Amino acid sequence: MLIKLTGGTVYDPASGIDGQQQDIYIKEGRIIAKPTETVVDKEYDLKGKVVMSGAIDMHTHIGGGKGNIARILLPEDHRKDPVHRSDITRSGCGHAMPSTFVTGYRYAEMGYTAGFEPALLPINARQAHMEMADIPILDKGGYVMLGSDDYLLRMLTAKKDQKAINDYVAWTMQSAKAIGVKVVNPGGINAFKFNQRKLDLDEQNCHYGVTPRDILQVLATAVKEIGVSHPLHVHGCNLGVPGNVQTTLDTIQGIGGLPMHLTHIQFHSYGTEGDFKFSSGAAQIAEAINRNKNITIDVGQILFGQTVTASGDSMRQHANHKHASPNKWVTMDIECDAGCGVVPFKYKDQNFVNALQWAIGLETFLLVNDPWRIFLTTDHPNGAPFTCYPHLIRLLMDRSFRNDMLSTIHPEAQKMTSLASIDREYTLQEIAIMTRAGAARLIGLKDRGGLSAGNWADITVYTDNTDRQKMFEKPDYVFKDGQLVVVDGKVVSTKWGTTHVVRPDFDPSVEKGLKDYFDRYLTMKLGNFKISDDEITEDGRGSITVHPLKGEVA
Amino acid sequence: MTEITEVPSPFCGIGTDDLTIRVDGVLLKVIENGCAVNTPAFEQPITDISARVAGQEVSLEVAVAKAAELLKDTRLPLIGGCATDVNGMRGLLALADRSGAVIDNMNFTGARNNFLALQDSGWMNTTLAEVKNRCDLLLVVGTDLEAFAPRFFERYVWNKESMFLEDTSEREVIYLGRAPSGEASTSPKGIKALVFPCAIEDLAEVVAVLRALVKKQPIRATSVAGISVADLQLIADKLKAATYGVVTWAAGALAYSQAELTVQTLSETIKDINDQNTRCSGLPLAGKEGDQTANQVCGWTTGYPARTRFSKGYPEYDPFLNETKSLLANGEVDALVWVQAFNVNAVPPETDLPTIVVGRSGMTFAKEPDVFIPVGTPGIDHAGHAYRMDNVVAIRLKKLRDSGLPSTAQVLNAIEQAL
Repeated sequence: MLIKLTGGTVYDPASGIDGQQQDIYIKEGRIIAKPTETVVDKEYDLKGKVVMSGAIDMHTHIGGGKGNIARILLPEDHRKDPVHRSDITRSGCGHAMPSTFVTGYRYAEMGYTAGFEPALLPINARQAHMEMADIPILDKGGYVMLGSDDYLLRMLTAKKDQKAINDYVAWTMQSAKAIGVKVVNPGGINAFKFNQRKLDLDEQNCHYGVTPRDILQVLATAVKEIGVSHPLHVHGCNLGVPGNVQTTLDTIQGIGGLPMHLTHIQFHSYGTEGDFKFSSGAAQIAEAINRNKNITIDVGQILFGQTVTASGDSMRQHANHKHASPNKWVTMDIECDAGCGVVPFKYKDQNFVNALQWAIGLETFLLVNDPWRIFLTTDHPNGAPFTCYPHLIRLLMDRSFRNDMLSTIHPEAQKMTSLASIDREYTLQEIAIMTRAGAARLIGLKDRGGLSAGNWADITVYTDNTDRQKMFEKPDYVFKDGQLVVVDGKVVSTKWGTTHVVRPDFDPSVEKGLKDYFDRYLTMKLGNFKISDDEITEDGRGSITVHPLKGEVA
Repeated sequence: MTEITEVPSPFCGIGTDDLTIRVDGVLLKVIENGCAVNTPAFEQPITDISARVAGQEVSLEVAVAKAAELLKDTRLPLIGGCATDVNGMRGLLALADRSGAVIDNMNFTGARNNFLALQDSGWMNTTLAEVKNRCDLLLVVGTDLEAFAPRFFERYVWNKESMFLEDTSEREVIYLGRAPSGEASTSPKGIKALVFPCAIEDLAEVVAVLRALVKKQPIRATSVAGISVADLQLIADKLKAATYGVVTWAAGALAYSQAELTVQTLSETIKDINDQNTRCSGLPLAGKEGDQTANQVCGWTTGYPARTRFSKGYPEYDPFLNETKSLLANGEVDALVWVQAFNVNAVPPETDLPTIVVGRSGMTFAKEPDVFIPVGTPGIDHAGHAYRMDNVVAIRLKKLRDSGLPSTAQVLNAIEQAL
């Protein structure tokens, strides 16, 4: 079947197309060059419409144990947003931490066609993949979490060489079916198990004598050397702590030019100035990002309202539990592997700290110059549910709307932000970079995030509207792998996306040490730990897409 | 005849995956690392291989068609048991969504003690590998741990090596509320657990005093439910002195009214201890009859645990109103689907309603159900996934033999398609 999308205004930063009128042809799920055959089976007249590739959320908590704890914890939140079944869609719940099916529908209804779970605990990766297998329409993938696992810390204490660490990282990526590597509060989750309650960049784990700086160095090096496209994905030390802007600057400095992605940087950009000893570090952070081309970030914007924070950072989540709203929370120590903490939050515009957090996120967006190195996230659901993205896009694209909002927040927070003085408004092309081309490039996705021939036909069509929130919350059409899945912001058909992975090489002898470790200390046999391809594909819905390593010919 | 090693068990809840099983046709024999729970569950022979309608053997297709016919015009069918693997639960939830059913996991009334506490105030918990490597004090509340999971102590307490303890046989074990039935909790050096028994329903009062002592509140009484306050003070002091104390309980063993308040008090006590400069964690015991699996899959599919109804077209959770026993007693439901792929002894409740049983081969009935479809057991007859007690680890279940029995998922998907 040949589909033609005729005359749309195309924003395709991957090909350098910035608002030009172009026709797009789709055949067998992919975009093709203008064919010689003239029989078009289905044509869509897109004159006056805005065409982008399907959006990619490069950091969203959509699969894994902590998210399911968040769901179970909040029945009262689900009851406010029940989702009815239909002939083609399943029932479920929405709002802060939607059910899996609803996650897929609502992302697709905003024009998203892929989402990446950033915290795949090796021991819980099976669950993350099973949950993501129940998210319809979207492609998915995950970044496997290392850095607080006792195996790595034992290697560092034993002064194992970088090659041994590379093998372990590559083996773990393959075992957990990951496309990236993440570190959360490097070593801090482990330190919490030894009753340490904070861990600065150069503070030693009391048992291992290893510092977060050591961990970041070996993991960032490993990711680079084994050829993984996505740089080490870092949730830094001291999340949420006033004064952590210095930690973040030191982290950037300390990585010595290695590729590094700093995630939800808003939560790591706090100073200690002012009457309330809480201030914006966004300008310093943005300056450091602009200067250090090896660094990419996503923002983790907060937006006002009820949500739930679900994080691997058990240390910081425990410290923040006193802010839980409603007052209930969970932390877990997990399998000598990692941990998690789930704390419901209600961000309030009349709360000074929350209001300034909101402004800090926006300052960061607006002060970082290069849209290829900054990504649009709320760290769903931690800063806000992903369904807030159209609102966030309007805040970025519409200065007067932004300033109207600014004038309503806590007055002391207004005084502590430079937001009103920033004129920048994001362009459609910049939005397309942050949410499409840049994200695909950052993750290392082949044939996604662009509209040139050869790409998979993940395509979103919007009606241009000066109210950018309205525009982005209701696309006219969304195609996933060439299949029309959304019309006028409603799902009209469903399908199953693929799971994106990379498969870096490792020396098979790495399993000798691991087998001994599993047998002595863990609760599972090594052979039962590794996730097989079958587990993702055997139900006939899932599939695995392997992406090239750096330097590989695709 | 073959021998299969490193076999994971979906039966014991503690994720043992070191069993060696000899397979001779469809006969299984546990050769190594069996226990009183796992061995009979694996060795249970296959009896029925064909489905029955009204007691007559029929093809699977006929049985599926009859099941769909029975469900077609129901007002509110009940899908009970809910004891199967992840794919089975996926099929079960799809069927429930389609048919507007209410679903209820058979262990939910016990698990409710945990869910109500979790959903009201939360908790700080841990998992088995942390216990194995860190726990220096284990407090067992209201539960006969070795009867629940016979190999718990061997695998996770008296393990020879641990990363962070010099000598695992130095670990302390305390029982509160219920005494152990055997000697598994006695250390390899012969040190017996401290045991402070009381009537199970008095535990609420006992743990309330324990929490007060942890929080340094003055207690005027000298004993509570037959346990001296001095002994409770000893437990409080030991919890606070431990480096990594672990408090464990089986929610189902706390079989008394409003036991969720006991779980809540324990969980809040654990939080209090973590505010007194040491670490302490909870470890709820569960993982039987697919209970954690049912709650996890229902959790991600609906947002709620596995006592949820779909009769309005969207999921509604109610831990009381959606209970099998009361739904049947009050005549609120008009058909019963019983799903139990693990345990031949867990038969459906007595009812005159049209009944469809999707059950493990070998199940026998006092009253023949309208439709009986024998299915394979996950981890024996087909591969699959099941959650162990700590909810974090989903174990990959192996297929051990070719029995030809369909999986729960295949049967439930077929019924859903036929609707």
